[in-house]
Amino acid sequence: MEDITLFISKIEGEIDGIVPGSLKPETHFREIPEWSSMHALVLMALSETEYDVTLTGEDLRKCGTVQEIYNLISSRT
Amino acid sequence: MRFQNTDFLDYLCFMPSKILATNYHLPKKIYSNQDFFEEFPDSIGKSLEKTGVLQRSIAEKGEVSSDFALAAAEKLIEENKIDKSTIDLLVYCSYDHDYYTPSTACVIHGKLDLPKSCAAFDLGLGCSGYVYSLAVINGLMETTGMRNALLLTSSSLTRFFHMDDKPDKFIFGDAGSASLISNHPSGGIGPFVFGTDGKGYDKIIVKDGFMRAPISETSFVDEKDEFGNHSNPASFKMDGVSVFLFSVRVVPPMIRELLEKASMSIDDIDLFIFHQPNVYLNETLRKKIGIPVEKFVHCMDLFGNTVQATIPIAINESIKNGRLKPGMKVVLAGFGVGLSWAGTIAKF
Repeated sequence: MEDITLFISKIEGEIDGIVPGSLKPETHFREIPEWSSMHALVLMALSETEYDVTLTGEDLRKCGTVQEIYNLISSRT
Repeated sequence: MRFQNTDFLDYLCFMPSKILATNYHLPKKIYSNQDFFEEFPDSIGKSLEKTGVLQRSIAEKGEVSSDFALAAAEKLIEENKIDKSTIDLLVYCSYDHDYYTPSTACVIHGKLDLPKSCAAFDLGLGCSGYVYSLAVINGLMETTGMRNALLLTSSSLTRFFHMDDKPDKFIFGDAGSASLISNHPSGGIGPFVFGTDGKGYDKIIVKDGFMRAPISETSFVDEKDEFGNHSNPASFKMDGVSVFLFSVRVVPPMIRELLEKASMSIDDIDLFIFHQPNVYLNETLRKKIGIPVEKFVHCMDLFGNTVQATIPIAINESIKNGRLKPGMKVVLAGFGVGLSWAGTIAKF
């Protein structure tokens, strides 16, 4: 899997309202402004289509930061 | 024409069914994105617009699903100059019924003034309902010799939304559709693939207000999910994350199984028309299955997710805009509430 910088830039490209460069590995994704179920679907879709990794609701509940999601997807690729 | 017994059996075996015509009806009240953002100014904004919906029509007080189905059927009959005396089957597919009894199909049968020789019944399925209904109609035509069927699908789900349920108010719309399915030498609907995961029945649900859970003092107590989405037991509730996951797990294998059953590949199919839950989910499915973008139909910008009506609306729009032409082979796939799914290949 690519490095986390590229992963973050893909998330920033998919979620409107995030200023490019503002998302960090240590960012808690639930603290993204107006975090919603739509954003969860964006992450799940990104993981499915870019990495062929299925994220469950439980996965999202367990992960707190962008780094943790990246690690989880990396471990399954 | 009179048949000898063997001739009649040959006729039944070799006359395939075909979706000959479609039409739809939308409620007059339009709820645009501007209306939505005026109602919810602090809303999640642009992320919702990724769902691909620009506006939707919604039922007003006093309007019910069968009104939309009836209006669609009347348009279909008038525009295609259908001789009503030749209709021998009416299927009404919806979760909404005018009365506890009788079947709403019987009520519509009377309003359309269809012949007394016409069979009529309801079929209670949601997002997969159009494909299931095609299978039932196809089977009845093959086994009974019926020749012309009206398939009506309709939804007015927005009547069940919690007033603060932002995601669903954005995504869903109401509509009714009508399709004429007839025996036709150039037709062919099938094979079919079906599936059900009844353990997920509560992933998309209106829980209170029917037999199992009548309206009670707790029916209107508000609940919030982990994302802050509002509902109550008497309102519509959808676990969007679980439904997304269900769809990506179920739909790609269903399409692969369908193509295998038909001894076809994606190259052999001219167009893919899926149920239209939201553009984001369908794009994920399209990419996972490997369907070229030019073969895939998105059709919810002006309608939203109209549940049972999405596929016939997409068929109708695809014919009007020239993407769906006579002779094309089209994969139709429905999936959602139940949880239930079904797919088929229809030759137009």
